[in-house]
Amino acid sequence: MVSLTELTGRALADISASADIARLEEARVHWLGKKGLITEQLKSLGAMPAEQRKEAGARINEAKEAVQAAIDARRTVLEAEEISRKLAQGRIDITLDGRGEVPGGLHPVTRARLRIERLFREVGFEVAEGPEIEDDFHNFSALNVPANHPARAMHDTFYLEHEVEGERALLRTHTSPVQIRALRAARDNLPLAVIAPGRVYRMDSDATHTPMFHQVEGLLVDEGVSFANLKAILHGFMEAFFERDLSMRLRPSYFPFTEPSAEVDITCVACGGSGCRLCKHTGWIEVLGCGMVHPNVLTACEVDSERYTAYAFGMGIDRLAMLRYGVTDLRLFFENDLRFLRQFRGGWS
Amino acid sequence: MKIPVSWLREWVDFPWDSAELSRRLTASGFEVEGVEPAAPEFSGVVVAEITSIAAHPEADKLRVCQVDTGSGAVQIVCGAANARQGLKAPLAIVGAVLPGGMNIKAAKLRGVESAGMLCSAKELGLAATSTGLMELPADAPAGTALREYLSLDDSILELKVYANRGDAMSVLGVAREVAALTGGRLKPPMLTAVPPVAGDAGPVPIVESGEAAPRLLTRRINGLSNRGTTPLWMQERLRRAGLRSINPVVDVTNYVLLECGQPMHAYDASRVHGPLIVRMARAGEKLTLLDERSIDLAGDEVLITDDNGPIGLAGVMGGQGTSITEEVTDVLLEVAWFAPESIAGRARRHGLQTDASQRFERGVDPQLQAGAMARATSLLVSLCGGVPAAVHEVRNAHALPVRVPVSLRRARLAALTGAYIDDSRVMSSLNGLGMKTTPEWDGWLVTPPSWRFDISIEADLIEEVLRIVGFDLVQEAPTRLPQRFARRSESLVDERSLLDVLIARGYQEAINYAFVDPQLQQQLFAQRSAIRLSNPIAADLSVMRTSLWPGLLKAALENLSRQQDRVRLFERGRVFQLQQGQVDESLRVAGIVAGSRWPEQWGGGREEADYFDLKGDVAAVLALAGPGATFEWRGATLECLHPGRSAAVVRDGVEVGWLGELHPSLRAERGIGATVLMFELDIIRAIAAPLPTLSPVSRFPQVRRDLSITVPVDTPLSAIKSRVSVAAGSLLRDLRVFDIYQGPGIETARKSIALGLIFQDNNKTLKDDEADALMASIAADLGSQLDAKVRD
Repeated sequence: MVSLTELTGRALADISASADIARLEEARVHWLGKKGLITEQLKSLGAMPAEQRKEAGARINEAKEAVQAAIDARRTVLEAEEISRKLAQGRIDITLDGRGEVPGGLHPVTRARLRIERLFREVGFEVAEGPEIEDDFHNFSALNVPANHPARAMHDTFYLEHEVEGERALLRTHTSPVQIRALRAARDNLPLAVIAPGRVYRMDSDATHTPMFHQVEGLLVDEGVSFANLKAILHGFMEAFFERDLSMRLRPSYFPFTEPSAEVDITCVACGGSGCRLCKHTGWIEVLGCGMVHPNVLTACEVDSERYTAYAFGMGIDRLAMLRYGVTDLRLFFENDLRFLRQFRGGWS
Repeated sequence: MKIPVSWLREWVDFPWDSAELSRRLTASGFEVEGVEPAAPEFSGVVVAEITSIAAHPEADKLRVCQVDTGSGAVQIVCGAANARQGLKAPLAIVGAVLPGGMNIKAAKLRGVESAGMLCSAKELGLAATSTGLMELPADAPAGTALREYLSLDDSILELKVYANRGDAMSVLGVAREVAALTGGRLKPPMLTAVPPVAGDAGPVPIVESGEAAPRLLTRRINGLSNRGTTPLWMQERLRRAGLRSINPVVDVTNYVLLECGQPMHAYDASRVHGPLIVRMARAGEKLTLLDERSIDLAGDEVLITDDNGPIGLAGVMGGQGTSITEEVTDVLLEVAWFAPESIAGRARRHGLQTDASQRFERGVDPQLQAGAMARATSLLVSLCGGVPAAVHEVRNAHALPVRVPVSLRRARLAALTGAYIDDSRVMSSLNGLGMKTTPEWDGWLVTPPSWRFDISIEADLIEEVLRIVGFDLVQEAPTRLPQRFARRSESLVDERSLLDVLIARGYQEAINYAFVDPQLQQQLFAQRSAIRLSNPIAADLSVMRTSLWPGLLKAALENLSRQQDRVRLFERGRVFQLQQGQVDESLRVAGIVAGSRWPEQWGGGREEADYFDLKGDVAAVLALAGPGATFEWRGATLECLHPGRSAAVVRDGVEVGWLGELHPSLRAERGIGATVLMFELDIIRAIAAPLPTLSPVSRFPQVRRDLSITVPVDTPLSAIKSRVSVAAGSLLRDLRVFDIYQGPGIETARKSIALGLIFQDNNKTLKDDEADALMASIAADLGSQLDAKVRD
């Protein structure tokens, strides 16, 4: 008869030789199952004298526990191996591209426009829109530009084969008509702080002009609005838009709808003012026109120009986008070349 | 406008070089857009005199000149035809460097020594073309450096003068501004005395339109000669101001215009018949202008006429018939003040823009005419000889502008500028500009000078003060805006939401011109009435778009031709149509797709995108309208789309969008290889989002039943869906289509559709037999209404 020690030794050898879970299970049944060889040993206890029985029983149980522990340990090892094997089989090339569509992006002009809108909204301006097909009144007369005024030559206007109230309709040459519309709508509910972004049209097409471009108009009407306020909003905006400290200078200018009028230069954003090709080595770049709203304009909108004063400004969104994103040719904005457009993808604020 | 700095210095003193002058002028509202030298770099060129001239022994076209350089005699070989004994001309001596870097060395020309080069104006960069040597005046001192003699070390300012400042369009006008900046005075050049008046003064002019021409001066100068050349100093000034020398008489009128801003006209008196008559044009009248163009007059132009008809378009350009030639001996000078409103716009209408019209439109000083006449007379007589006759002056005094005093309140000045400006600075600024100031208790009463047409209200004066003291004086001061909420409609979907949906689905935003090619638009939308531009910039940009598609299609095709094999573009913008005679501007969003479903990749999506890909995108946009909006898809409505693969999106019975494949015949016509898919939505109508209103969520389990049927192939899914929802009633929560099949195993002309129906009751658990009963009635309804057969 084989000794328990030998039996246990064989069982342990059998277990460690088990190559997989199924084989291990067989081994368990073989040794510890109901009819397992070690289990059988317990049956022999009955034939033993009582004084030996207790000790033999304890030894057999010890052996059983040792074998069971070996099985458990082996199972853990085999299971781990099994998982590793499956993982190895399931390995993929994680450097391959993800599946499906790739996001597109905003046009740089829209991106700049939305940024401008957000910045002005945050300081209390509303955003207004107006029609692109305008009449003479809103585009010119109400803005203090009567017929035959030489200033009309400054705006080479596109006219349409259509009449509005007996006048030839035109494509707005600036966003200033929205001033008129907004002011007339709000005249009984002042103050008014509004910006009006949009497309504008001029009969101009060369390296630095396209017949359609984008402007944003700003207007603040209240009691006590001054030129000092105008300087503050423009300087603040420019520094916010370009995210940097900038110097600003104003030069007297002429617009029929503002008095005084000014053109605004800021430190060249390409060279920081030291002089470069962009600023023609002056260190300054022109970014907008502005002024205090002409009393005739307020009057045309039935606003008391003694009680209220107002400032207005207008700037080219395309121009700001060019400066912001380093675009050197305006015409690129309207060629819609995907190789150009794709460079402006991604999130923004 | 070009202003030579040396000419300005003749009129006013200033302690600045041209760079500083430019800065000052720019800061006061006259932007200096450029500063250029009066002559290119050259050195070693002196005034020289040809003392004798002889034929060249070896060459017919060359001659050998002995030249006095002021410091000795040299021999120069010269080929110019006008080389002659006694001529003073520029000489580039040995060692001179000419424009462009040409070095002058001693050389032998055909065996004869030449110690330098006699120069033409062109060789010195002083003219675009020239014939022969530059002829210098006989009294030019030999040996003087030419640069010094002609003051060539001069700068020319390119000055931007705004439309309200006609008064500054002259040397005098700019000098006045400079004087205001320095606080100094003008020093107008002394008029050389006008010789005594004698001879035939001609008839007194007749002014019929006294409102348009309230002041008219004429003078004859008889017996002059216009055959000489204009003196070099005047030619040089004209050149630097951007004008070409024509002949002495014309040059004098141009010179006076540049100098003091008064346009004037000289007629050949022998060709003027009877008195000058100033009158309004008659519609249909014709006039041949100096530039030989014939114009048809509209009737609101002011004309200068004589007994034979129009001889000049007043304030714009003279006529050809009376123009000044070299042969003229009797000249009739006309100096007038025309009312700006009588001149404005007339030149432009006839495609003209002249130095005269620019000034008259903006306003010429109404007190300048007599002085200008005297100046022109004195210059003419000194250049051309002749005897001036008496001046005729016709005046309609009440139509001449009167400068009305304007109040300037101290408090208003402070309020509008937001700055404190000392009283004395206010007054000195205004006085320096020629304005008279009378103190009042709250400010000043200010009378602008006769030359200023742009001062009529207080704000104009405030601008003047601010301009002269400088904008830098105003310190920035932020505004406090009241906190007021805009009552934003929550249903107006935010622009960014829309943009984000399309961007996430791979679309790149495009921006196209709002005017498009009429031919392409006509091909796409033959029925729509587009608004045409009266003055398009190009024929293919001549109608307003009625859809965003023409622009997007063009952009897509251009990208395809640039080797982009996959295009997904969208645009958000207005389209323009006439609706019952009214302009309708509608805000649209449109997209165009060509190429594979996904960008080329290893994991699929290589097949060409089709209608359903596009519809998925459109549905994603429409999802912005929320679950409360329902859309219907109606087949084939636009002719430019494939009739079997296109749809209109209908909301509340109104078409709010269109989508589909570009019509194959259009593709063929345009030679487009790829399948092109397009959509367009009316943003406001399509994605206005009703406010969500909650309906209770059922606590009871839902039950799913599948139904597999066959129907005739042409049965649209929408018909099945609507029958099912009618037959299923209120317990149906969702209806899904999870398979569509057509082919072997299915009767021909039929298709198989597998539906998944989700039922739920809000009040109790739905029992199996209730669901079964519902399914049976649905199947029966589909069978009777749509010829559907349930598959086993």
